[in-house]
Amino acid sequence: MNLELTDEQVALREAAQGALTRVADLEVLRSALEGGARPENWDLVAEQGWAGLLVSEANGGVGLSLFDAQLILIEAGKVLASHELLGHLPATVALDAASYAGTADYAEGTKRAAFLPVIPPSDLEPSWTTQPRGGSAPAPAPTLNADGTVSGDVAWVIDAPGADLLAGVAVDGSGAAKTVAIETGASGVSVEGPVLRYDSSRLLGHVSLTNAPATVLEGADPQRAWYVAQALLAAESYGAVETALTVSVEYAKERFTFGRQIGSYQAVKHALVEILRQRENAYAVLLYSGYSYEDKPEEFAVAASAARTAAGHAFDYAARTQIATHGGIGATWEHDAPLYFRRSQLSRRLLGGIGASTDRVAGELLAAAAA
Amino acid sequence: MDLNDTPEQAQFRAQVRAWLEEHKSEAPGRERLDNDDAINARRRWQGKLAEGGLAGVTWPKEFGGQGLGPIEQVIVNQEIGAAGVPGILDVIGLGMMGPALIAHGTDEQKSRYLGPLLHGDEVWCQLFSEPAAGSDLAAVQTRAVQQDDGTWKLSGQKVWTTYAQFASFGMLLARTDADVPKHKGLTMFVVPMDAEGITVRGLRQISGEAEFNEVFFDDVTLDADAVVGSVGGGWGTALTVLMFERLTIGLGGESFGYNADRFTQAIAQDAHATKDPDVRQRLGEINTELLALRFQSYRVLSALSQGAIPGPEAGLAKVTTVKGAIDAGELIADVLGPDALAEDSEWAYMISFLPGLKSAGGTEEILRNTIGERVLGLPPEPRLDKGVPFSELRSIEKQGAAA
Repeated sequence: MNLELTDEQVALREAAQGALTRVADLEVLRSALEGGARPENWDLVAEQGWAGLLVSEANGGVGLSLFDAQLILIEAGKVLASHELLGHLPATVALDAASYAGTADYAEGTKRAAFLPVIPPSDLEPSWTTQPRGGSAPAPAPTLNADGTVSGDVAWVIDAPGADLLAGVAVDGSGAAKTVAIETGASGVSVEGPVLRYDSSRLLGHVSLTNAPATVLEGADPQRAWYVAQALLAAESYGAVETALTVSVEYAKERFTFGRQIGSYQAVKHALVEILRQRENAYAVLLYSGYSYEDKPEEFAVAASAARTAAGHAFDYAARTQIATHGGIGATWEHDAPLYFRRSQLSRRLLGGIGASTDRVAGELLAAAAA
Repeated sequence: MDLNDTPEQAQFRAQVRAWLEEHKSEAPGRERLDNDDAINARRRWQGKLAEGGLAGVTWPKEFGGQGLGPIEQVIVNQEIGAAGVPGILDVIGLGMMGPALIAHGTDEQKSRYLGPLLHGDEVWCQLFSEPAAGSDLAAVQTRAVQQDDGTWKLSGQKVWTTYAQFASFGMLLARTDADVPKHKGLTMFVVPMDAEGITVRGLRQISGEAEFNEVFFDDVTLDADAVVGSVGGGWGTALTVLMFERLTIGLGGESFGYNADRFTQAIAQDAHATKDPDVRQRLGEINTELLALRFQSYRVLSALSQGAIPGPEAGLAKVTTVKGAIDAGELIADVLGPDALAEDSEWAYMISFLPGLKSAGGTEEILRNTIGERVLGLPPEPRLDKGVPFSELRSIEKQGAAA
């Protein structure tokens, strides 16, 4: 039994911390909310070798584990760095599985991919679907046409604008799900964006495909990339919880009311301990997702969904508690707390939303219980 | 990331498994301990386990233990669970009282008490909590007054005492000096439970069952050598016991039977509920927390394997356990309807048990204070009892209530 980080993982994390300090600048996020340029950090991602984290060495990557990638996302989440890894890494998992020609470019970061978030079927919804542009009714998955092209719309695609390739599921005439790769330079591909929604660190776009030439990624498990995306978003959220807790605890020690540090009041103290409780739980299921990806693939769906649920709730709670702990100042433009709050609000609603992940935890375990 | 045993641990596990395979036919059932036959069968089984090296795993060899670490204790717990046989009867004695005697007892006490404790011949109970001293344990009022001949006279009341009805000895925290601040005037005693003046009364809980007792002491005489540690040093001994309590709970993991598989199974019986989005949201959230607990316990094991002792943050697992089980009980009863509350229903029993469990081992509020202060480094609440002699506390409390 050993769940401690290895020396290599500690080094990876420290390197990430060092690299991210060079680019983390919350001022830039604030100004991007007011129309300034969104921070672009892809050069750093490529330089650090993060683009190929989940690509095997045979295909030009570094072949690290999902948990190693999660460690990087945790560090990025701590400082609200923008990184394009949420779109890129799940896509590279599919490319790698099929040994797609040119995977090495994506592993090296000379090219960038984005994952099309097409939602796997569940025991309640038998079809592959996508998150609608608006409202709650599921939208259809893209279709893989008889001539091998793909048509359909996918809304709210993380990191789509500027990507060289899109990878995700399309459904063929027989209803079978195939993972496809679509080069964005080809005809019939249009990406609307960047779409700015509330969190200026996040790059979003809406993808529209009309008979776009596609390559079927044979050998790629259609569901796997979806859960990789969930597990990575969970890690990024977890990182933000760490910062929100640290910053709130420091303030609770410095700020006095009625002659006492506010952290001495149980009402404040217990709320901060609740962040810690949820953070510890989130870390535990992050470990589960990383472990199952390698060693228990049949549990990866439930583990990644649980990680998303736990880290998402922890982030919601931490972002709100950080503001409340700071009192009025925490709700102003001067403070960083609103940037964390904005990140939590948008994250909660991407990649199908947290509620859908929670439902999937229930669905997967109910199915196992019935078996 | 490795959830497997090291080669040494695997070898130990195989050895434990082989012993259990050979002896499990001699094990009693896991029935309720409400009659002498059942209790005596479990005592004998504990003796067998001790002979086989499956009890007192972490105790030093000189006291009959195996001299191994907590990770080996967990392996034994897991294998006993997997074999479907009961474990030791006297969890409190072996996990907490024995280790405290080893740390603070005299040579005479160790040679008199430890052997029969280990083998189940003499069961122990913990006489700490009182009606007015639970989370604030140092507020105990049970008095022990030394007599001219060196013996002690004990008067007062204890509560929440597991196994008091058949224990041979109890370890009791009493006030021996009320004129010093409350943590300083305490002394720990060994109390023979058959002494004259002791009354044990079952304490019925919400379920109607009496799993705990109240114990009354009416001028009970204790020998001079009943003191564990030093006179006035009882708080230090109590802290040792509480540290071992945390470790015992930390190693318990899912031993309460509150786990995702069991709760999901209950919901899966109702086809309509399995399609209900609200039920599924609630079930998904409960199961997420319970899955987190499972990996939380692996983290504790991993830390133990590296030689670390779990810190106070391990107490958060208890908060999550209780929360998850309360939410699961509510959900299951919402789905099953009033039948879930039938007297013989496992869910009624669980629902009844949890409100009390929330405060067991210190209330949730005190746990959050401790973790906030010791893990997050937050400042403590101001206190009115610091440095004040115990005998003057009552009048300070009265002033506070009048203000």
